[in-house]
Amino acid sequence: MAPILEVKHLRKEYRTVVAVDDISFQIPTGVCFGLLGPNGAGKTTTIEMIEGITRPTGGEIFYKGKTRNREFSLQAGIQFQSTSIMEKLKAREILELFHGLYPKTLPMDELIELCDLEQLLEQDATKLSGGQKQRLMFALALINDPEIIFLDEPTSGLDPQARHNLWKLIERIKGRGKNVLLTTHYMEEAEILCDHLIIIDHGRIISEGSPKALLKQHFGYFYVCIDKTDMHIDIHQFEPGIKERNDHYEIQSQSVEDTLQRLIHEGVQLNSLRVRQPTLEDLFLKLTGHSLRD
Amino acid sequence: MIDRIVNFWRVVYVLMMARNKEFYRDRGVMIWSFLFPFLIVAAIGFAFSGGEQTVFTVGVYVPAAQADPDIPLLRESFIKHVTYDDFDQALDRLRNFQVDLLLSAEQPDYYWMNEGSPTSRAMERLFLAENGRAAMQRQTVTGQEIRYVDWVIPGVLGMNLMFGCLFGIGYVIVRYRKNGVLKRIQVTPVTPLQFLTAQVLSRLLVMVVVSVIIYAGCDLFLNFVMRGSYLDLIIVALLGIVAMIAFALIIASRTASEELANGLLNLATFPMLLLSEVWFSLDEAPNWLIFISQCLPLTHAVQAAREIMLNGAGLGSLMYHVWVLLAMSIVFLAAASVLFRWNEA
Repeated sequence: MAPILEVKHLRKEYRTVVAVDDISFQIPTGVCFGLLGPNGAGKTTTIEMIEGITRPTGGEIFYKGKTRNREFSLQAGIQFQSTSIMEKLKAREILELFHGLYPKTLPMDELIELCDLEQLLEQDATKLSGGQKQRLMFALALINDPEIIFLDEPTSGLDPQARHNLWKLIERIKGRGKNVLLTTHYMEEAEILCDHLIIIDHGRIISEGSPKALLKQHFGYFYVCIDKTDMHIDIHQFEPGIKERNDHYEIQSQSVEDTLQRLIHEGVQLNSLRVRQPTLEDLFLKLTGHSLRD
Repeated sequence: MIDRIVNFWRVVYVLMMARNKEFYRDRGVMIWSFLFPFLIVAAIGFAFSGGEQTVFTVGVYVPAAQADPDIPLLRESFIKHVTYDDFDQALDRLRNFQVDLLLSAEQPDYYWMNEGSPTSRAMERLFLAENGRAAMQRQTVTGQEIRYVDWVIPGVLGMNLMFGCLFGIGYVIVRYRKNGVLKRIQVTPVTPLQFLTAQVLSRLLVMVVVSVIIYAGCDLFLNFVMRGSYLDLIIVALLGIVAMIAFALIIASRTASEELANGLLNLATFPMLLLSEVWFSLDEAPNWLIFISQCLPLTHAVQAAREIMLNGAGLGSLMYHVWVLLAMSIVFLAAASVLFRWNEA
């Protein structure tokens, strides 16, 4: 079966920078596909080239094996990182407006329930809170019952509760078998939502796979963390596996039992001991030498 | 095929209704749209309510090939003279009290005066005292006085259309582009043609409603002259609106900067304000200025409306203006649809 979306050697140059530098990937049908990377990595440029907003400098984009045509605009649902809508309109009127722009649509009641908009319908759409507005924009992306949904930093700038609400929404539409392409710089979001990830930095793909496979491939260890105040011994005997973080040391450990025994043997206080799994954040740091949030 | 046509207009309709709601719910814009022309007309009505003419005006008909005749009387400083190369136009001016006496370079023995006008009778006596009664052939016309206010009403209505069309379309589209509304619509199946058609129709509707209300309101206070057909006047207004909206679409076709749009819109409206005969006639202006004036859509709308309202002209005699406005509309719309970009170029 042809991938729902395929991108070959995509490239975008601006006058002074190369925003996207030879990116290729395939999105198989029925997955949530994530582009993870820090701000300025080229995620938005990539997704907007696929959406047809930005003209690529080079490369090819195929939807269901063909170059994008009118079928694509009918079957794609799109949410931008930030959008305004017309002013002075109620949320209901915004929904009705976009409902009227497509020949085939999701029934309005279903959409309102799916995105939990019942309470917001009579409110001025420009005066909704960040999370409410994102739910309305999410509803607009779903209004044509799309086959593929593009979400550009869907939870950026939201408070934790609103973020969790939106994650639930995205899980719900994944449950309906929709294809999702989302960009994010939250590794937690990528880990929870995405079946398959590409990690982007400086316009290039630096790694690709499912979150689990990526972590398994790059990390064969855990992190044992101890506050600096508890660590009275010469830390260099743990070299090369120890790293200094803000207020604690982080020991890379193949076997947590062995590491703990050594620490106990050295008489280190274990009150502040934490053991954690490597995350995509660690992976990113390992691959690029800088953090996702830089 | 029918499906596609129905679908096209359904999309245009929903976009137009959304824009209409946005307009009439914006109180400030609404109030200003109605208040502004009323204020101007009220000010004019007040300013010109007293006697207005302090000098005599003599019209001289000079056929295109001839040189201006030397008439001693016209050297007097209290007499203003205007030359016409169209005799009928000159006679209309005499009928409307805009000219007190009409002479002709072709027929030096004739003069024309308006029997209903006291200033025309006074000017006649002065003229005959200078030239001798016996030598001159008297021709008379009659006509109702056209006050400045009557003359200026078509101009003010036209000016209001111009501001409404240019700023109402230009600003809105640039704002849509700036804040991302256009970007959002771009990724729906809406075509630029559908989007622009909806904007044009919405503004057309607004301008027609606003103009009818202002027309009726001004008539109530000023009881101005209207000698032609309302249907003709509406057709001229519609043509003028479409031409000016299309002009605004060109200005708004690419930029996402409200400052730039503001500058361009002022650049477009300012010459029309001065050269489209809103406030004063360009009868006496040099040819190059008249040429510029003829390139502006508002000139044709105002001149045609004035002919209808003051002289009762029918559309049949105004086909020149009709064709020019139609041609401008088509050229501007074609240019706008070629130039239009959803996002900033």
